[in-house]
Amino acid sequence: MSLTEILFWAFSGCAVVAAVLCITRRNPVKSALWLVVTLFALAGLFVLLDAHFIGVLQILVYAGAIMVLFLFVIMLLNLGQGAPADRRGLAGGIVAAGLGVGLLLQLSVLRAARPPEAITLPDGYLTALQREQGIVGAVARPLFAEYLIPFEITSVLLLAAIVGAVVLAKRRL
Amino acid sequence: MLLGPALAVSALLFTIGVVGVLFRRNAIVVFMCVELMLNAANLTFVALAQRLGVAGHVFVFFVMAVAAAEAAVGLAIILAIFRHRETVDLGNINLLKG
Repeated sequence: MSLTEILFWAFSGCAVVAAVLCITRRNPVKSALWLVVTLFALAGLFVLLDAHFIGVLQILVYAGAIMVLFLFVIMLLNLGQGAPADRRGLAGGIVAAGLGVGLLLQLSVLRAARPPEAITLPDGYLTALQREQGIVGAVARPLFAEYLIPFEITSVLLLAAIVGAVVLAKRRL
Repeated sequence: MLLGPALAVSALLFTIGVVGVLFRRNAIVVFMCVELMLNAANLTFVALAQRLGVAGHVFVFFVMAVAAAEAAVGLAIILAIFRHRETVDLGNINLLKG
């Protein structure tokens, strides 16, 4: 096994174990911190899959901004300790586990999924593109050329989210 | 190059997120599980971008922007509900239950 594969499986195991701990911890703060571990491991996986810039963004935006927002709300609601058990009962657990296994069986066909040969790009295409245009440039070029209109619409979406969050969280208009 | 294993890990993480949404009753933990599912989808995008072009990375950007907007609005809604009912337990938020 090459070093890349060893690191890949280490990060994968870390992500999956932390995700399981995230959904089973009783304390929401511990759940949030295990989710941060999952997000960091996913950032490592992104880097191994040649998406260096996405990996950096994952840490900055997800592990940095979004998780701080979550922890802030948990702190504001004072849910840290002495929270009552918030897991569903045995019946709910069985239903959740059954549906989960069913979904996993359906998704297991993904393991064999391969994109059709006609649209597949040659091996090492992404690395060559990044070497030519730079790691940020390879992503920024299509973002500001082909996907310019979706990009502008995203800014409108974020503005709407800001206004919506302020209006919802305000005590009185 | 690690495409199959990456898709398998993504499927596993997505399933863990779904089980979390079904299993927990705390609205904030349910919300974190939704973020986990979005991240699993991102992993699929990044894995397939190696063979299908860099557009997959651009889509991860959009998913992240939508996730940030969703987190801001969703947590504001949870705050408003908490102010009203003093609880974030989904079992107690049943106004629309028949």
